[in-house]
Amino acid sequence: MADDILVILQQEAGKVRRVALEMLSLAQQLRPGQVTAVTFGPDAESTKDVLGRYGADRMIALNQDVFAHYSSDGFAEAVRQIQNAVAATALMFPATAWGKDLAPRVAGLLQAGLASDCTEIRSESNGRLVATRPVYAGKAFATVQIDSPVQIFSIRPNIQSVKETNRSAEPFDCPIDLQALSFQSKVVEVRTQATETVELTEAEIIVSGGRGMKGPENFQLLDNLAQALGAAVGSSRPVADEGWVPHSYHIGQTGKVVSPNVYFAIGISGAIQHLAGISGSKYIVAINSDPEAPIFKAANYGIVGNLFDVVPAVTEAVHRLKAEQ
Amino acid sequence: MKILVMVKQVPDTATRIRMAPDGASIATDGIKWVINPYDEFAIEEALQIRERFQGEVVVISVGPQRVEEAIRQTLAMGADRGIHVKTDAGLDSYQAAAALAAVARLETFDLILTGKQAVDDDAAQVGPLISVFLEIPQVTVVLKLSINPDTQRLVAERELEGAIEVVELPYPAVVTAQRGLNEPRYPTLPNIMKAKKKEVRVESLEALGIDTVPKVRVTALSEPPTRPSAKILTGDPIEAAQQLVNLLHDEAKVL
Ligand SMILES: Cc1cc2nc3c(=O)[nH]c(=O)nc-3n(C[C@H](O)[C@H](O)[C@H](O)COP(=O)(O)OP(=O)(O)OC[C@H]3O[C@@H](n4cnc5c(N)ncnc54)[C@H](O)[C@@H]3O)c2cc1C
Repeated sequence: MADDILVILQQEAGKVRRVALEMLSLAQQLRPGQVTAVTFGPDAESTKDVLGRYGADRMIALNQDVFAHYSSDGFAEAVRQIQNAVAATALMFPATAWGKDLAPRVAGLLQAGLASDCTEIRSESNGRLVATRPVYAGKAFATVQIDSPVQIFSIRPNIQSVKETNRSAEPFDCPIDLQALSFQSKVVEVRTQATETVELTEAEIIVSGGRGMKGPENFQLLDNLAQALGAAVGSSRPVADEGWVPHSYHIGQTGKVVSPNVYFAIGISGAIQHLAGISGSKYIVAINSDPEAPIFKAANYGIVGNLFDVVPAVTEAVHRLKAEQ
Repeated sequence: MKILVMVKQVPDTATRIRMAPDGASIATDGIKWVINPYDEFAIEEALQIRERFQGEVVVISVGPQRVEEAIRQTLAMGADRGIHVKTDAGLDSYQAAAALAAVARLETFDLILTGKQAVDDDAAQVGPLISVFLEIPQVTVVLKLSINPDTQRLVAERELEGAIEVVELPYPAVVTAQRGLNEPRYPTLPNIMKAKKKEVRVESLEALGIDTVPKVRVTALSEPPTRPSAKILTGDPIEAAQQLVNLLHDEAKVL
């Protein structure tokens, strides 16, 4: 297994995030037949089928009770022990809150280089991997080489495509010395925020509002459009600062960085800090009454007009399209 | 409580990024350098903790000469003293964290605070790496922090995708700050005057025993792919809306 890619992923109640499947498909494409998935928690084994279908050749399930709740130090030490046993040459983590917490800790333990939040990974002729990652919140893209023997990457969600096959993952038993694990930092509670339906960083379509929305009561217009599209709702920073929407909506250089198929910027001027957070979008649609607004320079499609007329009309047109389909 | 705050100086977020002729770094002429916005939350939190429990706030930063200005700004906010690990070398996260951890070891501390990531390289690694090097626990992307000096434990709320996670841990520990943790204060004039007299000690990588061979190298830096110029629709909102939906369906094929 020495040339394997270890894909470290999170599962909850037997469910994995889409980014887990994206990582497995990417790893399978880079090293066919050499992908080992690692999951944690009592339900870890129940993810075996889906992980196999999307690219895992082998799977290590750490299903001991101690892995029921996340602990950065405990989990990192477990990954270190697995890596010592299997001697993989590359590790992948999701660039989610979970993976971004765990990956650098593992990198430190393994004295290995880590490239965070990668949007592309390719294999060189010598088998080493090279990554592309956005820096300055997407205002530039860096090609990065990791020189340490073990290469570690975290993968930005929503960029890689997934490939389903009829592969099945072979269970691989990797004994862990639980005595050596500390679990100092421990998750004691998780509170889900009911307001968010689709998570912004994973959304295919985002409908986002800015100061042009004039007030919190008008976000209903965006909710209606989002519902018609099956989209998530986001915002510019001032709107979140004003408390019109929760802080978790805030998109941009100091908020969430998103990469949907379509991003609707509605009543958003297109400040450089906002654009930085949306540059990974495949298509950007701007709706703004000011034809000079910088957002139109970043957009693929734009409507110059009063959003209070345009947005309901777009919602109607989407309803008509969906009715035809 | 002795609190160390790790601070990075970065280009202002309004900076237009241009590439340097070497093709692997940015052109730095004309850039306005500021304290990494997330580090400001870390400084503010440290000052509030000192107000509550007494103690000392020491700011540590790695970088060239210009970094002293960022340290002085934190002293003007109220930090007690600064340590400047002076180097012109472009360090990766691993080396920067190694240097910061080395200084922390010499200083001793109860708590280390820093931002959840720096808005230049966006790596989000330095906080966790410091905590591994110092063999202490960590909690990252923190929105709320409470400290119990009797039990020497922290309770932190951190931001996940669509959820809040509550984490308990003993300290000494590393905590990384997310926007929302607090409202950073502005320096006051008297504090700006006082900051000029506060100590900023200079350290070198050599003395700290940090090697300058990076593990992660940027071999090329490029501009993001440009978008073709936009199709702009004007006129009747209902017609424009219908045209837009048609374009997204037929041309972009995303609806
Ligand atoms: C350190 C720092 C970090 C920052 N980080 C971020 C960040 O992460 N994300 C972010 O978004 N911002 C960030 N900002 C703020 C940023 O600079 C801008 O101030 C902000 O993005 C502007 O928000 P806006 O587009 O909603 O508002 P405005 O700039 O006020 O734009 C409102 C727009 O609405 C349009 N409009 C008004 N009425 C109508 C109508 N009836 N119909 C249609 N259009 C209408 C106007 O023409 C205008 O273009 C940051 C700033 C700093 C200093």
